[in-house]
Parts: sequence; structure tokens; C-alpha cells
Amino acid sequence: MTPRRRRLILVLGIVAGVSLAGALALNAFKRNVTFFFDPTAVSRGEVAAGRAFRLGGMVTQGSLKRAPGSLEVRFVVTDFSHDVPVSYTGVLPDLFREGAGVVAHGSMRGDGTFVADEVLAKHDEKYMPPEVARSLKRRHGESRTGAAPGAATPAPTPPPSTGS
Amino acid sequence: MTWTWFHRLGSPPYVYGLARRLTPWLGWPAALLILGGLWGGLALAPPDYQQGDGFRIIYVHAPSAWMSLMVYTTMAIAAGVGLIWRIKVAHAVAASCAPIGASFTFAALVTGALWGQPMWGTYWQWDPRLTSELILLFLYLGYMGLRAGIEDTQRADRASAVLAVVGVINVPIIHYSVTWWNSLHQAPSVMRLAKPTLPASMLVPLLVMLLGFTLLFGALLLVRLRAEILTRERASSWIREALGA
Repeated sequence: MTPRRRRLILVLGIVAGVSLAGALALNAFKRNVTFFFDPTAVSRGEVAAGRAFRLGGMVTQGSLKRAPGSLEVRFVVTDFSHDVPVSYTGVLPDLFREGAGVVAHGSMRGDGTFVADEVLAKHDEKYMPPEVARSLKRRHGESRTGAAPGAATPAPTPPPSTGS
Repeated sequence: MTWTWFHRLGSPPYVYGLARRLTPWLGWPAALLILGGLWGGLALAPPDYQQGDGFRIIYVHAPSAWMSLMVYTTMAIAAGVGLIWRIKVAHAVAASCAPIGASFTFAALVTGALWGQPMWGTYWQWDPRLTSELILLFLYLGYMGLRAGIEDTQRADRASAVLAVVGVINVPIIHYSVTWWNSLHQAPSVMRLAKPTLPASMLVPLLVMLLGFTLLFGALLLVRLRAEILTRERASSWIREALGA
């Protein structure tokens, strides 16, 4: 075996070894690496009671309610198999929409409500011009057969906020 | 078929001359593509239906992020080739990649944070994608620090090459972080198997920018490589001839 071949095997061995170690470590830390838990995981009790964690999912259409005279908002986060009601007092980010993704940090209260101290909007990977979004929405409105889970339809939104 | 062209790539004087001749062929197209891509992205492309004009940061953010991975992969391959075949020019390529890659990574992190504050509601979260990209910046900086810390060039080459090769594991982790785990960062819009999720009017300037950034990397790499070769070969006689002294 030439020294060159030995070095080739050594370098490939390093890459293979590090990949294996990385895969094992990431697999072991899977729950710690994950950024948020979805409502199904919460309902299965994967989150320790009383511990602060992040809850992620879709904001259910028509669930957003604002308490008059305060910054308190209530909405429901769903993954289309389980729902978690959320209560939050504060300013919502620009991209917060009903029917769009959201990640909230907080903890569960005894009555099953998730009390958030931080709400982040999770943007999806879709981009489109406003006219396309409007015509999609119009077409969707005509042939409405109930909102399909994860359907590639844009959230009903006000016209794009300018100057953001 | 002879391998002479390949063996010549191991010769510092040949690579020095080649780099000098090639630089304008990469640099000028890069400048034109980036200017064209910026015009297309900032002026021609329509605003996004949700983000308005704020989405236009993608034209700098996404190409920077892609380049941060592409430069690292180039650096790791060059370092591996240098380790296995003991080619000094390959080590010089790897050493020249690091500051360029670190700059692209920094640009991706900063533009992402500026976009994240209004859109997500936060500058920074310890999300898998954001964290792994930050680790990439530390890998670049660690590689540069390790090189700077070892006086002997040959030893610096070998030690830093091992670091570069080991760190390449982070590249697929960054790319797949948004699909393997729940994350705040959105899934890929372009670098995916299915059709891109942008309409052509938004996608074309983005691809133009990506090509421009790739050529910019090539041009910057050649310039840095020449400087690196000059430093390494400062005692050689061909340098005096090449510089016409």
C-alpha cells in the first residue's frame, strides 16, 4: 500500500467516522435540537408539565380574538389533528396570520391553555406577487370545499404592508 | 489522454499565471451579473403578497448562504486533496477560501437577522438552521485561527486541513436542518427536488445573483490564491521573473 493510498483511506475514514458520530449524536439529541413541539406532541405528553417550551403549528382560521382595551390576544394553534388554545399579551409580528405558521414560547396552564410570553411568525417557503395571491384566493373562495390541511393556499391577508 | 494538465495544477508558477489570466474572466461577468441581479431583484421583481418589499433581502441573503456552504465544500475538498496528494497549491486554495467563506457566512447571518426582526419578530433564535450556520462561521474562524497560530506553513497546512475535512459534516446538517427538525427557518424554496416555490419573475433575479456570487467567489479566490502563492514562494527564483524584477 502506497503512503498516498494510506492517506486517502485515512481522510475518507475521518469523514466516515465524523459522519457516523454526528448522526448518532444528533439522533440522541433529537428532542433537544427540535425548535418547537407540535400540538400532537403536546397532547401525547412529550413535554414535562410546568416546563417552558415552544409550541409550533398553524393558527386556526377565525380563532384570533383580541381582548378589548388590552394587548391580550387568544388564538388556537393546530397541526390538523390536535388543537392547543394560546393566550398572549404583546405585539404580534408582521407575518402573524390566521392560517399561517406560528411558534410561541411559554408554558401550559392547568386548564390546558398555553400561556405565551413570546410569539414568532413562521414564514413558509412560498413567495408570490400580490395579484397572484388575490386571484388564488378568489378562485379558492368560489370552489370552497373546506380548508384542506396544509393546502398551498395563501392566507387571507390584507394587501401587502408597504414600507416594511 | 495525458495527465500533464492535471500535474501542472500542482505547480505554483503555472497556477499563479493561470490565476492572473483567469481573474478578469470571472470578475467582470460577476460584476455584471450582480448588478443585473440586483436591478432585477430590487426593481423588476414584484413585491411579495405577505412581506411586501421586505422579501427582497432574499437576493442577498440566499446567495450568501448558498455560497457559505459552497465555499466550505470547496475548502474541504482542496484541504483533503492537499492532505492526500501533498499538493501545496491545494493547501493554498483551502487557505484562500476561508476568509471569503467567513464573509459570506457573516453576510448571511446579518441579513437573516435584519429580516427576522420584522418578519418573525426576533433577530435571533437558537433554531437548528441559525445555530448550525453560526457554527459554520466559527469553523471558518477556527480554521483561520489555527493556521495563524502555527508558524511552520507545512504543519499549518496539515493541521488546518484536518479541521476543514472534519467540519464538512456541518454542510449537510445546515442544508437539511430545516427538514430534519422543527425549525423557525423556512424550508428551501429553490434548492429542493420539487419545483421552486417562487414565480419566474422572482426566481430569475435570484438565480442571476447566485451565478454572480459564484463567479465573484471564483474571482476573489484567484486573487487571494495569487497572494497566498507569492507569500509561500517568496524565496523562489520564479517570483522575481514573474514580477519582472
